[in-house]
Amino acid sequence: MTLRSAIENKEFIITCEVGPVKGTNIEEIEESCEVLKGKVTAANITDQQSSAMRLGSLVTSHLAKERGIDPIYQVTCRDRNRIALQSDLLSASVLGIENVLALTGDLPSLGDHPHAKPVFDLDSVGLLGAIETLNSGFDMAGNELNGKTNFFPGAVVNPGADTEASYEMQIRKMEKKIRAGAKFIQTQAIYDVDLFDRFMKRVAGFGVPVLAGVIPLKSVGMARYMNKSVAGVFVPEDLIQKLKNSEDKTAMGIQIAADLIKGLKDLCQGVHIMAIGWEKKVPQIIEASGLNK
Amino acid sequence: MILSKQKPLEEILEYLKGENSVFLLGCNGCAQASGTGGPEQVAEMKIKLEEAGKKVTGGTVIDFLCDKALIRSRLNTRIKEIEAADAILVMTCGVGIQAVAASLNKICYPACDTMSLGGIRGEWTGIERCKECGECMLAYTGGICPLTACSKGLLNGQCGGASKGKCEVYPEKECGWELIYKRLKAVNRLDILDKIVTPKNYNKMVPEAKTLLTSRFVLENTDPKPEKAAEEAK
Repeated sequence: MTLRSAIENKEFIITCEVGPVKGTNIEEIEESCEVLKGKVTAANITDQQSSAMRLGSLVTSHLAKERGIDPIYQVTCRDRNRIALQSDLLSASVLGIENVLALTGDLPSLGDHPHAKPVFDLDSVGLLGAIETLNSGFDMAGNELNGKTNFFPGAVVNPGADTEASYEMQIRKMEKKIRAGAKFIQTQAIYDVDLFDRFMKRVAGFGVPVLAGVIPLKSVGMARYMNKSVAGVFVPEDLIQKLKNSEDKTAMGIQIAADLIKGLKDLCQGVHIMAIGWEKKVPQIIEASGLNK
Repeated sequence: MILSKQKPLEEILEYLKGENSVFLLGCNGCAQASGTGGPEQVAEMKIKLEEAGKKVTGGTVIDFLCDKALIRSRLNTRIKEIEAADAILVMTCGVGIQAVAASLNKICYPACDTMSLGGIRGEWTGIERCKECGECMLAYTGGICPLTACSKGLLNGQCGGASKGKCEVYPEKECGWELIYKRLKAVNRLDILDKIVTPKNYNKMVPEAKTLLTSRFVLENTDPKPEKAAEEAK
């Protein structure tokens, strides 16, 4: 079962993340794939998340696919111009990778190589346009391809934007991304079910499945860090206290994530669990939320 | 001197598609020297727009359109004509267009692409900057440059990183798209945000040789070059 067919069959979608390693030892990726296989619809393979240099998302997507996971190949515009992006997309197509998540990407100054030159030749909307062009058998310059791609593109939105302008811009940009070819949308982490409910009512007519983002809380420090430093993510104080007062923080973190999923699942078409180091606990979260595949 | 180049008329008319009436603004500084927005070009543009069925409510040329104080004081007597127009067409460099957009509560469109600032920014003292990209994007953003106002230079709207209206990368800096949204809302033109802006032609950042043939360029090159003089001496 692939993400495309699951979406076409209107199934409830469960996606998660597999982050490529820093270095060449791929044991951790292999182990994560083994644990996640059959438990999720597909797994996002991040593209040097937070601008930290790592193993590439193209190769890791290939590794995941070989190990029975349908990869969602994340592509950012941070490091590659339109020539490299299109070339990598052709490569992905040859390797049988279907799902692509088109992202603008963070600025390098936020990552571990802050002196790097940012590229941003395209933005996420431009990248979606490029994917659609490759799917139609042409490159961005209008040259005909010898063999076209067959990508199933997706995009992201941040429903927690905290000013009127940011919120409206997020919604308008999401609508643009859908017009530019996005077939599914994954969201930034949600901790407020009511906020997500309002967001979903607002985008009700957009016509593509929305997968609600969930980041399990691993510690009180992590929750506080996200509130302070991650735009659009707000962990309510009562959740932080719940975690603080629990004896088994891991069990409580899993429980909070499962409860969130229970609250979110009827509002949208799927969930996207970003475990950030807890990849191997994703099956437990899924089980605790009653969403067994 | 700031070099600009007039956009093709079709491009200007595309911006003005939904606008019935226009006020024209030119500049007696660099735009006049570039042959893109002096008194002659403003008069020519008036005729071209009228031929295309637009009503031109008025037009004027200011000495330095990059100076917001001058814009405000000089346009005091033209308020009626400006108010009667749906939009303003600014025939200058990107600095002038941004200065006008910041000074008047009216949607502004660029008539020119900026090729080179030549190391200066006119009389401009504000925070807005022109990137000399040769393909002015100010028509899509209410006159705020998305390349310089947004840390990532995004063309199609905000990234997910803004927090309380500030940039994720430089927390002391306003998010450029937050400003663009507010500007377009203030002029009641949020519909402009729905346009999908296609990837830029970065090749235009390199000025063509013929666009460098301005009065200043010619002045600078009137004296024979040393190698030329040496050759002639032989």
